[in-house]
Amino acid sequence: METIGVIDYGMGNLHSLAKSLERVAGNQRIFVSYDTKALLECDRLVLPGVGGVRACMDELRRLELDQMVLEAARKRPLLGVCLGMQVLLERSDENGGVNALGLIPGSVVRFPDPAPETEPELHHERLKVPHMGWNQVRQTRPHPVWAGVPDNSWFYFVHSYHAAPQNPAHILGTADYPQPFAAAVARDNIVGFQFHPEKSQDVGLKLLANFVNWNGEGA
Amino acid sequence: MLAKRVIPCLDIDAGRVVKGVKFEQLRDAGDPVEVARRYDLQGADELVFLDITASADDRPTLFRTVEQVAREIYIPLTVGGGVRTSADVRALLSAGADKVSINTAAVLNPDFVHEAAERFGVQCIVVAIDAKRVKPRKKDADEAPRWQVFTHGGRKSSGLDAIEWARTMVEKGAGELLVTSMDRDGTKAGYDVELLRAISDAVPVPVVASGGVGTLEHLEQGFSEGGADAVLAASIFHNGTYTVGQAKQFLAERGIRVRL
Repeated sequence: METIGVIDYGMGNLHSLAKSLERVAGNQRIFVSYDTKALLECDRLVLPGVGGVRACMDELRRLELDQMVLEAARKRPLLGVCLGMQVLLERSDENGGVNALGLIPGSVVRFPDPAPETEPELHHERLKVPHMGWNQVRQTRPHPVWAGVPDNSWFYFVHSYHAAPQNPAHILGTADYPQPFAAAVARDNIVGFQFHPEKSQDVGLKLLANFVNWNGEGA
Repeated sequence: MLAKRVIPCLDIDAGRVVKGVKFEQLRDAGDPVEVARRYDLQGADELVFLDITASADDRPTLFRTVEQVAREIYIPLTVGGGVRTSADVRALLSAGADKVSINTAAVLNPDFVHEAAERFGVQCIVVAIDAKRVKPRKKDADEAPRWQVFTHGGRKSSGLDAIEWARTMVEKGAGELLVTSMDRDGTKAGYDVELLRAISDAVPVPVVASGGVGTLEHLEQGFSEGGADAVLAASIFHNGTYTVGQAKQFLAERGIRVRL
């Protein structure tokens, strides 16, 4: 029996993601843990995450999960979700600048700040941050995780920072807010979603099903 | 581009959905899991649960309800009502809530919002503002409208100015504001769009409009006049007057960008 390891480092809400994975995992086992040894034996790994990047990286390092993820990422399919996707990059501007896992070259940057209060654009939409709600994702290149997921499907987002991969080939899909940004990233056996597939109804479950059935190849 | 959201609100009392008028006169409106499932199928963008159970002893009932709903539906769920401590926030997130709404406790201790945002992330901290218009003094009836913040389910005036309070809460770390007009709640007379516009223009975070929806035009006004990012409604959906799908279809026809 294959096992999907969900990395639990105490940052927020694993509940929904683990439940959604269970729903699509078939006869694979979902294993929620912070035990580096046990996680390294899993066939696939999921790195969730909400909250601030500094606390996230601090916890990953404290529990020695950062090294485990780097080791696992050499061959196993790895999925990062939301903040778990952002830490796949080299660094984030959040919390004054934090070095991250560096599995995908590039950084994580903030959405442009809204218009200053001194010029209230009463009849124009100002850009609200966090980017919160449903947005459409344009699939910018083929990938096994997109199988059966219609282009421009709606996904649920909630974040103030977004990934900016150096290499455009590492961008799997974009959404507009108002400029296109990387909503999904991928490199070899690694994939990351800025949005929450576990909160995106059927199409989100389809995406997770594709990940749990992916052998890490053909990307 | 980001869609405007339509959010059914379920007031929960001792494990049942209820609806009141001006925070009083409660009556039964169904089983939370059944109602949540129905709205999910209709295309609701999120759900909000407000626990209005008077007794703190009934907390486990709420957690059970949240767990059951989170197991059944795959859209974001916000839970509010009686959230006082970081332990409350954690318990609700663990039960399956995606966001937690804080109201009275924020007024009693604004730093609680800061603590919760630091610990759990701004994305899951919603501050609910129950606002009531301050009657203009007769002599200067032309003065700009003002609103005061109420707490304890609308029973207690805090003396705080709602617009100033909205700014303060965002500085403390609120990732979203849920703004309810207590003058309009339950009246079906439409949102207080002046209140919404004033707060929406004052803060950089998303604003959810609440209180007073009776027609689909009211939902549209929340966006077009109020500048809201999401609209919340209860009775028009619970009573079966409209489905969430009909509401979104109507908004799309009026040029509001929604997820269909």
